[in-house]
Amino acid sequence: MIEVIYILWLRQLKHYWRSKARLLGSLGQPLLFLVTFGFGFGPMYTRASGGANYLDFLAPGIVSMSILFTAVFSGLEVIWDRQFGFLKETMVAPISRTEIMIGKTFGGATIAMIQGLIVLSLTYLMGFRIPSLASLAVGLIFMFLIAIFFTGLGLAIASKMKDMQGFQLIMNFLIMPIFFLSGALFPLENLPQAIYFVSRIDPLTYGVDGLRGAIAGVSVFGIYNDLAVIGLLSVLVCLIGAFMFSKIEA
Amino acid sequence: MQNILSVQSLTKKFDDFTAVKEISFNVETGSIFAFLGPNGAGKSTTIKMLTTVLKPTSGEISINGFNALKEQDKARASFGIVFQDSSLDEELTAYENIVYHAVIYKVPKKERDERIRKALEIVGLWNRREDYVKNYSGGMKRRLEIARALVHYPKILFLDEPTVGLDPQTRNSIWDHIKKLNEERNMTIFLTTHYMEEAEAVADQIAIIDHGKIIESGTVEEIKKRTETESLEEAFLKLTGRDIRDDNDSGNKVRTIRGMRRRTRH
Repeated sequence: MIEVIYILWLRQLKHYWRSKARLLGSLGQPLLFLVTFGFGFGPMYTRASGGANYLDFLAPGIVSMSILFTAVFSGLEVIWDRQFGFLKETMVAPISRTEIMIGKTFGGATIAMIQGLIVLSLTYLMGFRIPSLASLAVGLIFMFLIAIFFTGLGLAIASKMKDMQGFQLIMNFLIMPIFFLSGALFPLENLPQAIYFVSRIDPLTYGVDGLRGAIAGVSVFGIYNDLAVIGLLSVLVCLIGAFMFSKIEA
Repeated sequence: MQNILSVQSLTKKFDDFTAVKEISFNVETGSIFAFLGPNGAGKSTTIKMLTTVLKPTSGEISINGFNALKEQDKARASFGIVFQDSSLDEELTAYENIVYHAVIYKVPKKERDERIRKALEIVGLWNRREDYVKNYSGGMKRRLEIARALVHYPKILFLDEPTVGLDPQTRNSIWDHIKKLNEERNMTIFLTTHYMEEAEAVADQIAIIDHGKIIESGTVEEIKKRTETESLEEAFLKLTGRDIRDDNDSGNKVRTIRGMRRRTRH
């Protein structure tokens, strides 16, 4: 069981490591957001908030963003496996669908974590500082849970998709709204009712809030509440994903 | 003789279209069984059901004594399959592809290296094991897939059009390997192909499927005798007609294109 999960995990890491273009390319977006938003909105934020530093607010948001995108992409990679035929090789093997789901979730989540850590180092270069090792440790837990949840979500969606045709739909109507309404870029207070409501059912809201509470010391809901929400959701999405994987037909 | 594979009234319906209708057949242990039929006849749908990736609407499948619908993992461990389309990971090396296979098929760790080396030597790819699969030619990929399917010592090997798109040299070499496996290891072979002369040369038993039903089965000699023809190809054409079929095995209605008959007058 452990070895099966390990080999599925290893395969994804090899893919990630061998594709240097993808590795570098996926750093472009968070870097762009950090620089443009950081310098663009920084002075405005500082004035409006009465002296707070925007980078402290933005850095956890951008780290979450890079984890979100990498994790969802890793999950959706199953669609490529299906198109190139490799999914069949895994599906006819005498292993449980749950093992496949766990292996792929850990593989995708590990890659998303690595990506998140690289972005976290970039924020350090821009001047963002984490107060203590303990808060870094709590931050890593949140990063990991965000990674698990969104890899699981990507896998669950991929189990229902035959090809990449629906990719734009998912990006523009699911992932982008999840990102923009999570409070990664701007505070969620004083929003119109409808948007306020949507932001409260956005799973990433709790991931970002928890991570921000851990590494920047500012949290709206409280770290423990965030932990409970994102933790429960991660378990839930993995269960749903495992169920959907058991229904896959090649 | 014992049957390694036994199929009872197997049926698959897609919405309003029935791809496979109540087919039943047995495959003897140690034999080479050719499953033939025109495009869209229901071959691939049947193979998908036999290999547990598609759930039948009704019917029973027994592989190596295991119920393929209820004891899926035991049935899965009993067979190897080479799919019609490539199912290799091109971003991994040949060796990595086979190790992946050996692990998910739970080949004991101690035996793994030895078995992988043997399988790769059989198909002549041992020296190219560290190459990425994306740098392999079509024939090498096919041979690698056959080698991979052997690593867990399957009792029965499914080959879905194993030689399609390959040059005669590679085709001959692949059939040589397959015959050797069948003779030396008593491995049952279940194959589909559109090359009738290949089926005629290797198969002990043949079943011909058309419009989702088995319309003829037996040895090559029996089929030729019953259809009063000289070759399997003639028998096949006599049984299934000369109309060209659309290749849409997986779901939609099968249409036939008229117009090929004119050619046969001369």
